Amino acid sequence: MTQYLLRRVLIAIPSLLGISVILFTVLALAPGDPFEELATNPAIPPEVRQNLRASLGLDDPIYLRYFAWLGSMLQGDWGYSFISRIPVDDLILQRLPTTVAVIGASQVLALCIALPVGVMAATRPYSLFDQVANTLAFVGFSLPTFFTGLLLILLFSIHLDWLPFVYSTKIDATGLAWWWAQLKQSIMPIAVLGLFQGAAWTRFVRSAVLDVVRLDHVTTARAKGLPESRVTLRHVVRNAMIPVVTLVALQMPAVFGGAIVTEQIFRVPGIGSLLITSILSNDTPVIMAVTFVFAALVIFFNLVADILYGWLDPRISYR
Amino acid sequence: MSAATMAAAAPPPAAAAGPRLLEIAGLKVHFRTDDGWVRAVDGVDIGVDRGETLCVVGESGCGKTVTAMTILKLIAMPPGKIVAGSILWQGRDLVPLGPDQMRAIRAKEIGFVFQEPMTSLNPVYTVGEQIAEAVRQHEGLSRRAARDRAAEMLRLVNIPNPQRRVDDYPHQFSGGMRQRVMIAMALSCNPKLLIADEPTTALDVTIQAQILDLMQEMKERLGMAVLLITHAMGVVAETAQRVVVMYAGQVVEEAPVEALFGRPMHPYTQGLIRSIPRLDLAATEHRRLEAIPGTVPSLLNPPAGCRFAARCRHAIPACSAAPPPLREVTPGHLAACIRAEEIS
Amino acid sequence: MAAPAARKRVGPWGEAWRRFRKHRLAVVSAVVLAVLILGVLVGPLFWTLPIDEIDFSARLAGPSWAHPLGNDDLGQDLLARIMYGGRISLAVGFAAMAVAVTVGVAVGAIAGMAGGKLDAVLMWVTDLFLSLPQLPLLLLIIYLFRDSLKEVVGPEVGVFILIVTIIGLFNWMQVARLVRAQFFSLREKEFVEAARALGASRWRLVTRHILPNALGPVIVAATIDIAAAIIAESTLSFLGLGFPPDIPTWGRLLFDAKDNLDFAPHWAIFPGLAIFLTVVSINFLGDGLRDALDPRRVI
Repeated sequence: MTQYLLRRVLIAIPSLLGISVILFTVLALAPGDPFEELATNPAIPPEVRQNLRASLGLDDPIYLRYFAWLGSMLQGDWGYSFISRIPVDDLILQRLPTTVAVIGASQVLALCIALPVGVMAATRPYSLFDQVANTLAFVGFSLPTFFTGLLLILLFSIHLDWLPFVYSTKIDATGLAWWWAQLKQSIMPIAVLGLFQGAAWTRFVRSAVLDVVRLDHVTTARAKGLPESRVTLRHVVRNAMIPVVTLVALQMPAVFGGAIVTEQIFRVPGIGSLLITSILSNDTPVIMAVTFVFAALVIFFNLVADILYGWLDPRISYR
Repeated sequence: MSAATMAAAAPPPAAAAGPRLLEIAGLKVHFRTDDGWVRAVDGVDIGVDRGETLCVVGESGCGKTVTAMTILKLIAMPPGKIVAGSILWQGRDLVPLGPDQMRAIRAKEIGFVFQEPMTSLNPVYTVGEQIAEAVRQHEGLSRRAARDRAAEMLRLVNIPNPQRRVDDYPHQFSGGMRQRVMIAMALSCNPKLLIADEPTTALDVTIQAQILDLMQEMKERLGMAVLLITHAMGVVAETAQRVVVMYAGQVVEEAPVEALFGRPMHPYTQGLIRSIPRLDLAATEHRRLEAIPGTVPSLLNPPAGCRFAARCRHAIPACSAAPPPLREVTPGHLAACIRAEEIS
Repeated sequence: MAAPAARKRVGPWGEAWRRFRKHRLAVVSAVVLAVLILGVLVGPLFWTLPIDEIDFSARLAGPSWAHPLGNDDLGQDLLARIMYGGRISLAVGFAAMAVAVTVGVAVGAIAGMAGGKLDAVLMWVTDLFLSLPQLPLLLLIIYLFRDSLKEVVGPEVGVFILIVTIIGLFNWMQVARLVRAQFFSLREKEFVEAARALGASRWRLVTRHILPNALGPVIVAATIDIAAAIIAESTLSFLGLGFPPDIPTWGRLLFDAKDNLDFAPHWAIFPGLAIFLTVVSINFLGDGLRDALDPRRVI
């Protein structure tokens, strides 16, 4: 198992390097000098400009520029925001916890929907429940997050006036009241992301369970005289989780995409909305860094999925 | 009860009076498909006595596996459906039983060994856990005691290092070893009947003999009856006391093994026996099918008369008129052929 | 029900059609999609109100006979704007799908044909693309390239080419894997062996024997790609980073509408419904096509 883990970590490194190459290539291919406006922007002190040009080595040959760029990225030297003039890594670290919390909570919500519904649907194939669940799942992942977000605001903020539609970092309350306000403003962003993912996962779970249900070892479990609930949980769902983990890992880029949109709709101060505001204000160092952080998060979650996979499937660790 | 006392139990003498161990009568199992109902099992009578080995033989698709699975209600329903008939287990009909009552029979009274050892074990649990699961279910043993029983069962089926192997996963065993594990699992609750559905088909020839020997040994030590499903006449000759031959969802002949090989009465049985390759060669499906001309009739719309008539060299017009009844031609020797006396 | 004997005579396409028909939602979706496509293509010929006619008297007005889907904050007719936006969304969807399928078939075929090291490298790249954070990269690329492309070919065409290319380049992986898998499973099959033994050239083998067999799964993947591309384009526009502001794509309409949700909910609901209806019917259609063309797979 340790060997397997080590191997997965070693495989993640080239992926990360690959993404950094792609990122850098995009930046290098981009026409013009993205730092052009630095020279013309009087708000930026000359030494900052100098540092930036030096840290990115803009006049070196391309491969040297790549290594210099990678080196400074690895050292945590991510440069300064053009707009706020705060170090980029500080800016991101301020915002990252919110994003991770919203994504984490929505994934838990998605799991709580997808597991029971997917399993129930697959163990009663073509029943009314299955058909309704399947249709709703299709509807759920065909509803773009930006539209569900607006619909929820329309219903819960405008019509019913139950929930605030702007996420606020400064809540004027303490103790229980603070938590209550926090909960109220988090419900919609989490629901938008969670329902979308839940719909997609429901289909994964359903099809994985359907695949496992017809396997021979399930018949063996029945022939042992086990109760149907135990057969389903221990011999069907347990095994079905293995492909589901892979599919969920493949969904991670989409999850982050959804998070960016959700943060933008509800003005959640995470790195997704940071990305959008920095694009709208041409803040190149922040854009590059946030994109890289998203890439690193995807790789990280893929690694987590690999670990889960190895833990779920004993055959893996011995291969 | 420990395995030691199980092993000591002598096979009970075949009961002269009282119900048979297993008595299947008029069983019909049909499957719903897009094209209509497939009559996979269409009126089958099979009886098993205590302590005997009965072989059910026939080509793939003749309904022998469905019959075996139906005894424990392991077929999927739907699409499957028991249309008619009874399955008397020690005199008690299993057909109307609910799921809870069936569970008490499975593994505890009737053990089952499947065809594919490679896929019949759950890859994510150790073999010990999988054997222990049955024991815990039926005998309420503690986790520890169940694990010990699992190791004991592995020793019983001649797996070396049972105390260590009990914690190994299925993929760490070869096909033959996995089939031993399956047998250990099926026998772990000391059942009175072991149903083995083509237990050796997926294995190498040398391993096949070992598994058959093991089943024979287990049967002698534990004294259960064995219902062995196979398509290989060689296996039948080696293991069976009585034989049932099935064709197209029906029983066409039933006889003690010597009588069947000595004087086969149904033309299909004769074809099967003629098509046995030399016993030391692996019997391949291909060669057997070549020996009997024609193909198995569709079970969607089976012919009205004898289902074998279209392929039978002895067929006469009367054969296609009405289904031939399964009748006792000589004492203990039954055949479903109107010309049984002339052609045997 | 037809007798089984009669059914055997229908060809593979007839059999596929029979399976497709059984998926009722897919059939309904095909009809809905056909109506939507026809609507945005032919609709503007009958509904001739211009998309940019400003009428302050109708500011944020709800649906009426004169404007069945209401008006926006400048009093522009939403029905006309939605039909116009639909043309763009569908065009982006189909064009991006074409890019994705072309790249996917090429990569998959090369990997499948070459095997060995080249295959390993290509599959590594495929996996890498699958783990790229697509939306951030899309945004980054558009941010970096938008202005210069605009100068060369004009704002509409420039953004269209950019969006279609990038969305396509982020969606070819599934097709590449399918085509490659088909190569590996078919390479050893008897009829390919036979064709090879008869001296068929490599090119002929690929185009006449292997690719047609991969067609079913690829069609299914391509259908889903259209939906993914439409969502991607709408997302960009919704974030204010897609087509120029004066082009009313569906996502852009939602972007403009979102600050007026309390006064004019219709402004957001109609374009949102248009996106949803299009995407859901494409997804159902894809599901039906999967039943019809690729019966082995469940997902």
